[in-house]
Amino acid sequence: MSARTLPLLFLNLGGEMLYILDQRLRAQSIPGEKARKDEWTDVDRKRVMNDIITTMFNKKFMEELFKPQDLYSKKALRTVYDRLAHASIMRLNQASMDKLYDLMTMAFKYQVLLCPRPRDILLVTFNHLDAIKDFISDSPGILNQVDETFRRLIETYNCLSDGEFQLIRQTLLIFFQDMHIRVSIFLKDKVQNSNGRFVLPISGPVPWGTEVPGLIRIFSHKGVEVKRAEFTTAGNYVTPQREGSFELYGDRVLKLGTNMYSVTRPVETQMSGSSKTLTSQAKENIAPNPLAKEELNFLARLLGGLDIQKPAGGETGFRLNLFTTDEEEEHAAQTRPEELSYKVINIEATQEPGRRAELSRILGELEVAEPRPGSAEKGEDLLALMDGL
Amino acid sequence: QAAWCELPARVLLVLTSQRGVQMYECDGSTMVFWHALDVPEQPAAHSVFARGIAAAGGRFVCVGTSFGAVLVFDIPPKGTNVTLSEVLEQHRDPITDIAAEQGQAQDGAGDLVTADDSGTLCLWSTGEEFTLLGKIPGSGSTCSSVTLWNGIVAAGYGNGQIRLWEAGSGQIRAQVSAHARWIYALDLAPLTGKLLSGAEDSFVHVWKLSRSQDTDDIEIQHCHAECVTDTQVCGARFCDPAGDTFAVTGYDLSEILCYGPA
Repeated sequence: MSARTLPLLFLNLGGEMLYILDQRLRAQSIPGEKARKDEWTDVDRKRVMNDIITTMFNKKFMEELFKPQDLYSKKALRTVYDRLAHASIMRLNQASMDKLYDLMTMAFKYQVLLCPRPRDILLVTFNHLDAIKDFISDSPGILNQVDETFRRLIETYNCLSDGEFQLIRQTLLIFFQDMHIRVSIFLKDKVQNSNGRFVLPISGPVPWGTEVPGLIRIFSHKGVEVKRAEFTTAGNYVTPQREGSFELYGDRVLKLGTNMYSVTRPVETQMSGSSKTLTSQAKENIAPNPLAKEELNFLARLLGGLDIQKPAGGETGFRLNLFTTDEEEEHAAQTRPEELSYKVINIEATQEPGRRAELSRILGELEVAEPRPGSAEKGEDLLALMDGL
Repeated sequence: QAAWCELPARVLLVLTSQRGVQMYECDGSTMVFWHALDVPEQPAAHSVFARGIAAAGGRFVCVGTSFGAVLVFDIPPKGTNVTLSEVLEQHRDPITDIAAEQGQAQDGAGDLVTADDSGTLCLWSTGEEFTLLGKIPGSGSTCSSVTLWNGIVAAGYGNGQIRLWEAGSGQIRAQVSAHARWIYALDLAPLTGKLLSGAEDSFVHVWKLSRSQDTDDIEIQHCHAECVTDTQVCGARFCDPAGDTFAVTGYDLSEILCYGPA
């Protein structure tokens, strides 16, 4: 398996997460003047997006991410996104977080599966990064961090061979194997079947560098073409127009990895009933992984994973709901099949003086610099965390 | 990967992984031999694995590695005294597949072909010492799978093409725009020269290779196509030496699909 897969997995899943959060925040936002203290406004949304993106592209984290290493276990990766989603004033209940993660993973699985060439996974990643840059287009500081990562991607991956990309693709597909959660936006668009499997089209443009199937050319022993024949199949392919750009800026051509959510299309997932494939996936998740705790400690450190205190003054606070109503969220939490629960591990950072110094230094780097007038109450827990060090 | 290696004296089940090569008795009862690859302490940027398995020359099992080297193991008729006889170092890219001659070897054509990530093919003559007879350079696309029959090399590529090469001269004899995606598997039925190809485009094709002894014409014809709906085909093998039946596997598929005459 390829030891260069993790950055692609992390960045693409992160990109999908941002698309979904952005859509939900827009759907639930109220114009600034009319909003009560506990309702979302546009300013809040931008701040949440900024905070998460800043944390995601943290320099130290990126350095660690790009080191050759095996993929994290599903549990470890899920915890990373838990922390990431809570890097700002936003809170998600378990049910909403579960749904968010389901959507993210199924979306990226779809993109990996449908990539025309193995190296097009890079174009998918660039699509996500282009969109992320759009989210923070008015914050030059973070924009710089994202561009740095972009350059690093180009440096690390542009020179890899097709064979190496295919290995990366296979590593990703193994990670996503046996996941068949049904996503309503996919079902509606007919890209997913009712059994949870994706529709693989047998028409459309062939990958760049591939010819439309059908031609047989025969050569003599002197290398001269002596015969042509054709064969037909059910497929209906055409030649592609042009190749996507692998530069820092450019037309990616490929649509996979672009934002498919819009404010008017609520996204739901449906849990498939118990089946053999689900159980086998669950068993793999539940098996104890002694290394997972090690990885999690390190990640938790990097993302400033301290105990997150409950917001003062009531439960609802600044909670984001991935469902349409609170009742739906409650119901989803209760009816989620046991085998699909993610069993997130909670970690407390240690109190050793050495580590504390490290933590405060890293947290210092993660702090969002601009002062935020009039939002003292909302950022309460974040500030409390800072004060506590 | 897993492959049956049929030698005159015995049949071995050979497995390759990121750790190395394992060989088992054909009933899976005992592990006959185990060869570990040099795995670095920290994961390196370049992956380490063994890939590509073939029985050759009546007494060898050849296994490819991600370093580009091909390991040649000498297999005794009985017992566990397997030795590493030779290491072939002609490829500079990870080996993808290895195939031994399944029909009549032609003069000067060699009886083993090895393929790698860059699309380069090497032709060998097996024996106490293996001899490199020829090299066909790649042209930008990974050669993912290869077969050898009656001196015809049939190679499947990541860009969906199947090419036929003449093993003796290294000349290209046919080029087929066979699939719209990466070809994962090629198999050959030695009694009839039928060729099976399976790819990520959901299609499995059956072709017929032929070689005329007098005119030296090499031909490939399309016989049959199957579309495995919504499945990326990962494996395809004939179930009998005449190629009347074949089996297919795919990503996310927990079943093996078998196809036969109506």
